[in-house]
Amino acid sequence: MSEPALERLAAATPSGSPRRAIAMARPLSPAARLLLPLGAVLLALLLWQLAVTLTRTQVFPLPAEVARGFAELQRKGVLWSYAGDSLRRVGLGFGAAALLGIALGVPLGRAARLDRLVNPLIQLLRPISPLAWMPLAVIWFGLSDLAPTFLIFLAAFFPIVVATTSAVRTIPPAFFRAAGNFALPRGALLRRVLLPAILPRVLTGLRVALGIAWMVVVAAEMLGVDSGLGYLILDSRNAGKRYDLVIAGMLMIGAIGLLLDLGMRRLERLPAVRWGFQS
Amino acid sequence: MTVATARPAPAPTQPKVAVRGLGMTYPTPDKQVEVLRGIDLDVAPGELVCVLGPSGCGKTTLLNVIAGFLAPSEGTVRIDGEPVAGPDPRRIFVFQERGVFPWLTVEGNIGFGLWRLSETERRARVAHYVRLVGLEGFERAYPQELSGGMKQRVEVARALAVDPDVLYLDEPFGALDSITRLQMRGELLRIQERERKTVLFVTHDIDESVQLADRVVVMSARPAQVRKIVDIDMPHPRDLSSRRYIELRDGIFAEIGLAHRV
Repeated sequence: MSEPALERLAAATPSGSPRRAIAMARPLSPAARLLLPLGAVLLALLLWQLAVTLTRTQVFPLPAEVARGFAELQRKGVLWSYAGDSLRRVGLGFGAAALLGIALGVPLGRAARLDRLVNPLIQLLRPISPLAWMPLAVIWFGLSDLAPTFLIFLAAFFPIVVATTSAVRTIPPAFFRAAGNFALPRGALLRRVLLPAILPRVLTGLRVALGIAWMVVVAAEMLGVDSGLGYLILDSRNAGKRYDLVIAGMLMIGAIGLLLDLGMRRLERLPAVRWGFQS
Repeated sequence: MTVATARPAPAPTQPKVAVRGLGMTYPTPDKQVEVLRGIDLDVAPGELVCVLGPSGCGKTTLLNVIAGFLAPSEGTVRIDGEPVAGPDPRRIFVFQERGVFPWLTVEGNIGFGLWRLSETERRARVAHYVRLVGLEGFERAYPQELSGGMKQRVEVARALAVDPDVLYLDEPFGALDSITRLQMRGELLRIQERERKTVLFVTHDIDESVQLADRVVVMSARPAQVRKIVDIDMPHPRDLSSRRYIELRDGIFAEIGLAHRV
């Protein structure tokens, strides 16, 4: 086989086996795309209803009771304000993690010596659950908004640094050479080649990090704040064992997490990054 | 050879590219690998020279040294009498379509090197080169929507847009299918007719070199040395079934030591 033919073969391989290509050739109709997940939700509600009625549990609420719980939260005006407070903490922590994570990941990906210096430290800190930092967060930030925001920052920071570093490292050298050939100044190289080249993989890292950050918010809001969806769940259990409100809070967290992820996925379709997401 | 003086005046006889005694040795953990040895080569202004050699012989290394991406272990490369110190926008290196930026449209790619120009100038220049390489209607397309041949046209147009004196082409059509490759050779010759750049074209394809080049530099296996320089004394368009074409091609086949039979 000639050299170019081998190259084409190699380039074609990651797109998957022929079987997969056939499966992808028949996309779902828009109706099926909507009805299938909706059916699953209805089925889950049905099973929930059945399970509660059959076991005659006094603790676990029925779907209708949870719906009334939602209405109660809405009436008291805390549903949206708590969601807003949680989103603000996640926004701040995640935003700071994104800025610092990318700012640190880029030089780590470019400079082997710096990476050798800093990477072991990152790998040591990375496996520590953000929850383990809770006592320290309280010492440093007291019982303020800053403590949960710091935990969310920690949760999001490491995945972003790692994704950025590996994205920078895998930029094809041809891009840098082409840019060098056109005598691009340093600043323009960063803005016009490096950042756009890493954007798709960084975006994937950001999406993963945002998911983790949103998961951590519940635990983070155990740290002496008196608002937020995490606080709602804790408070509903502690003050009167209101499990209908506990589950309402959980569902709210799930729904917002879903919307955040959908939003991030939508960003992946922008023309400037779409090229990085094609098989 | 013209001796370089303090102020080299580009005399008509002065070569555009002058390579003298070029050697390249890579250190590896257990030994020194000699890739290039004692290479002398002159390329005249506006000349299209093909560097022909087997895969892995070091011809790409040679092109990288001439383009200033690698420093040679021995010898010198001069362009217009001045030593090459590094890559330079007056001399553009064209990759096998891999250098096209996937986050930019066709227009964005072709205008990439024109950041010194004003918006209107840049737009006019881009439109001109879009037409020259026949990509009208695809200005707003992204590279992943283009075929390999079209991406290669984008690369060539991006290189030409900065109006360089010299183009370095490293097996530019190697990844294309054989029909597209033939078309692209025709395109390159048509563009060369109009733009008259000095072109150094690396290839392992004997036919390609005889179809395109004014002269073919036949390289030996590693360490690469110049085995022979063959003048292709045929005007364009070249008749690929003419006796002279076959003679020249077979001569190179014989020089490389290949029996012309499969």
